[in-house]
Amino acid sequence: MDSVFGLVVKRIGMGILTLFAISIIFFMGVEALPGDLAEEILGQNALPETVAAFRKELKLDLPPHERYFSWLGDLMKGDLGKSLANGRPVVDLVGWRFANTMFLAISAAVIAVPVAILLGIIAALYRNSLFDRAISIATLSTISFPEFFVAYILIALLSVQLIIFPSISNINDQMSFWQKIYAIVLPCLTLTLVVVAHMMRQTRAAIINILASPFIEMARLKGIHRTRVIVMHAFLNALSPVINVIALNLAYLVVGVVIVEVVFVYPGLGQLMVDSVSKRDIPVVQACGLIFAAVYIGLNLTADVLSIISNPRLRNPR
Amino acid sequence: MSKIKELEQLFTKGKITRRDFITRVSALGFMAAVSPALLSSTAKAATPKKGGRFIIGITGGSTTDSMDPATLTSNMNQNVNWQIRNNLVEIDHNFNAIPELAESWDSTPDAKVWTFKLRKGIEFHNGKTMTAEDVIFSINHHLGEKSKSAAKAYLKSIKAIKADGKHEVIFELSGGSADFPFILGDYHLTICPAGTEGLEWEKGIGTGGYILESWEPGVRSFSKRNPNYWKEGRAHFDEIETLSIVDTNARTNALKTGRINYMDRVELKTVHLMKRMPGVNVSAITGTAHYTIPMRLDQKPYNDNNVRMALKLAVNREQLVKQMLRGYGEPGNDHPIAPVNKYYAKDLEQRKYDPEKAKFYMKKAGMLDHTFNLHAADAAFAGAVDAAVLMKEQAKKAGININVVREPDDGYWSNVWMKKEWCMCYWGGRPTEDMMFSVAYSDGAPWNDTLWKNDRFNKLLISARAELDKDKRRKLYWEMQEICRNDSGTIVPMFNQMVEASSDKLAHGPISGHMALDGMRTPERWWFA
Amino acid sequence: MAFFKLLRKSPIIARIGLVMILLNIAAAILAPVIAPYSETEVVGDVWMPMSSEHLLGTDHIGRDMFTRLLYGARNTIATAFVITMFSFAVGISCGFFAATLGGWSDLILSRLVDILMAIPVLIFALVALAIVGNSIPKLVVVIALLDSTRVYRLSRAVAMDIEVVEYVEAARLRGEGTWWLMRHEILPNAMPPLVAEFGLRFCFVFLFIAALSFLGLGIQPPTADWGGMVRENSGAITFGIFTPLWPAGAIAFLTVGVNFIVDWFLNVASGLQD
Repeated sequence: MDSVFGLVVKRIGMGILTLFAISIIFFMGVEALPGDLAEEILGQNALPETVAAFRKELKLDLPPHERYFSWLGDLMKGDLGKSLANGRPVVDLVGWRFANTMFLAISAAVIAVPVAILLGIIAALYRNSLFDRAISIATLSTISFPEFFVAYILIALLSVQLIIFPSISNINDQMSFWQKIYAIVLPCLTLTLVVVAHMMRQTRAAIINILASPFIEMARLKGIHRTRVIVMHAFLNALSPVINVIALNLAYLVVGVVIVEVVFVYPGLGQLMVDSVSKRDIPVVQACGLIFAAVYIGLNLTADVLSIISNPRLRNPR
Repeated sequence: MSKIKELEQLFTKGKITRRDFITRVSALGFMAAVSPALLSSTAKAATPKKGGRFIIGITGGSTTDSMDPATLTSNMNQNVNWQIRNNLVEIDHNFNAIPELAESWDSTPDAKVWTFKLRKGIEFHNGKTMTAEDVIFSINHHLGEKSKSAAKAYLKSIKAIKADGKHEVIFELSGGSADFPFILGDYHLTICPAGTEGLEWEKGIGTGGYILESWEPGVRSFSKRNPNYWKEGRAHFDEIETLSIVDTNARTNALKTGRINYMDRVELKTVHLMKRMPGVNVSAITGTAHYTIPMRLDQKPYNDNNVRMALKLAVNREQLVKQMLRGYGEPGNDHPIAPVNKYYAKDLEQRKYDPEKAKFYMKKAGMLDHTFNLHAADAAFAGAVDAAVLMKEQAKKAGININVVREPDDGYWSNVWMKKEWCMCYWGGRPTEDMMFSVAYSDGAPWNDTLWKNDRFNKLLISARAELDKDKRRKLYWEMQEICRNDSGTIVPMFNQMVEASSDKLAHGPISGHMALDGMRTPERWWFA
Repeated sequence: MAFFKLLRKSPIIARIGLVMILLNIAAAILAPVIAPYSETEVVGDVWMPMSSEHLLGTDHIGRDMFTRLLYGARNTIATAFVITMFSFAVGISCGFFAATLGGWSDLILSRLVDILMAIPVLIFALVALAIVGNSIPKLVVVIALLDSTRVYRLSRAVAMDIEVVEYVEAARLRGEGTWWLMRHEILPNAMPPLVAEFGLRFCFVFLFIAALSFLGLGIQPPTADWGGMVRENSGAITFGIFTPLWPAGAIAFLTVGVNFIVDWFLNVASGLQD
């Protein structure tokens, strides 16, 4: 277990370096985009002199490296800075949206992960049966539809035709927990449909792959029941790829849901980041980017630790 | 007139469609928006009633929006701005300047010095009484070296602003300007308490009919009726919720399920389907908004008017209106003055697609084998690239080669517009001829995107600006439209209608074509029947 | 020949999958021959219902849906195939390389991939395409690189699992080189999860292109691609018109077909007899 602890410490250190690298990439990326905040905000209404005044007020006229290091310096002091566009503290902009993003991601994960694993195990257990095919075709079809389209279909059916759920999910502070849950049923369902297939298929593939291993043969020869073989032996040994694919999909639920946010008018972090990129609001882009990256790194680390714990051979590497 | 009555009857009885009605009334030379038959039946009968929560689903909102009037740009901001604030002057649906926070105004005969008398006893939402000081502060916010205001360009003529007592403000201009009150009706020039700065702007303190309760840029604003609102017969709703809904389908679904009462920008391809939806009214209003295709006259071969004329003649406007706007628009006549503008030259000959003549002019210029690069991106307007491709096909019939250069959407206004020799562009238009011509066609104007310089035109512009006599102005503007049509470097292919949808529970007066959402004043002017 | 032998023994489901894929490929190749109209020609009103003139009705600006679907097969399958192959080539070789070599090369590659992957994909594509410009070849490279990070991660994880298995250890002791190990020991054993991933990744590519088109990027009109066609027509669903189901259905059809073959392969590769 010491080695796992050492790994965690090492990986957290690496994670911080990664975040640092990402902040540089984002900074350079936004710098490389044509135009800056002053030009993007004023758009067609820009005059050379107003753009210059705007830049001066926001210190956009300083060289890039100076701006980057002053941002980094503030960050070290725990200050995320202010939005260039409207002067609001970045913490205020990001905080509640991040909570919203996590709320939606966790709600979707709570449904999607167990369903995917269960379906995957069943499909492996009854592989090539009619049931396996049916799940296979159903899940493949759901992921064949772009997510905005899945969302539109769900809205058309459950919101417009049947009038069960709201078509937009703009939750706010005044709503109770259950009101919020009710409001996000459709985006949650959309995301579930989008991620289940991937996780389910990888679970099935990993289990089938393990089933051919000698130790499974052994277990079978010992007369252990088929279901037990799959659940206890095959599944546990197939955990590593399964955990990895779950981590990827969880990360997706947090990081990749811009489009679902747009369709359901859900105030999450993704929309904030896209807007800030298009207006070149660097401090906000940085904050969103770092949060997304931290979530991703955290999930990955967890996945790796779990993989190691689940695979005895990896626990003691050469 | 009887012809209109007849059409109105046909329309109200459902014998002709709304669109037929609009086109046929326009054909008679009357603006469709004026005809009361276009208003929903409830709107005609009822007098305004108070109450209810009005929920708007609107485009253009961004999380980077700010309530600072200097950098107000998005649709959503403009609307919220007029929920909570007022100008000195309001522009009504007939494009008249009517008193708002100023109860009256007057100018010297040369239209150089303007005196505005302010309404007395008007309070800001924070209890402060509005005085001349606040007005001067609010206008000065857009002026001066440090200004980052989008409105700076058209306030340049202001030489000095001073107060005469607490309730009079005097503007001294560098030249006569008969339309000066209209400038003060611009959405940037709302009156805020003196001394507002930084994050205080976001609180949205104003004198308007609604008080801002919460405001989350790019997401939602919520405001409640101002119990002390000074304006009579306005601001009827109890509460206004403004939601930023970027996705068209999301807006449509929200309207269909009753989650919102109003949406802007109906997708033109779905208008006919929207009209069939129960409980939904669709409005199509012609305003001042138009598409332009400016050429830079400092670059060859656009300095040759034969080339410009050839390109103007090589555009099939009817087809563009039909295909790009699905009929929700009107062909342009290569000048930016809209049919709704007061001094629109109705009898000026409409430019028609004429490949033969285009070829003739192009041959005269010796440019038949030249390839014209037309720069386009959908950032200019939705469908700009398709429009450019369509123009290319049309010009081919005149033997003119156009090459459509796709530009990135990002940074279009800073890198392509005014930089490339020929590109697609869009103007929201201005309520008066003077404002429109001054901002984009006069010599030395910062947004004169063609660098067009016509001495006669510029002379007329200045004399028309200072002219207070209506008939004389009409003549001057007529000539200017003609010069612009025949000499300027801009092709104005079409004016687009603003197509919006609302719940049929709403009622309203005549809809303004000045800006989208009934001059951006739906919250003030509409009510639940 | 070996393939046909295998095919003869294949279960019915694999054959159905094969037919489905072949149908798609035929549509792609024969599009100009079969299609009744040209790719960008406007032939009727918006969203006309199915009729003998327009087999599947018309799209959002009045082009023949059936024609668009055929041409869409061309553009979509070709683009998606190129992107997926490219991303797998890059992803697998880097992943195996890192797993077998370990040490610094693993560290550096993995960190690099971690950095790339920690950036939200859509945002990355948005920024990258805004900087380099939005044309099909650039689109292919950007998406392939983004996708390859996912492939890298999976193939490295799989290879790590295999790597510690005794027979790889044995081969290493025999003195076999890294390249040999990768090709002869790791690749064959890592095939099943990778092929499964391929089946899905292939389909994710057009979904990703569709997502980009939602944000105004991706393959630009009037070129027909299935993802973009779903996007362009998706508004019809709001009005109870089912036109967008055709391109979505086409994507599903191809996805299911590809994955039937994948499933069959998984079975054959796992050596399970049941």
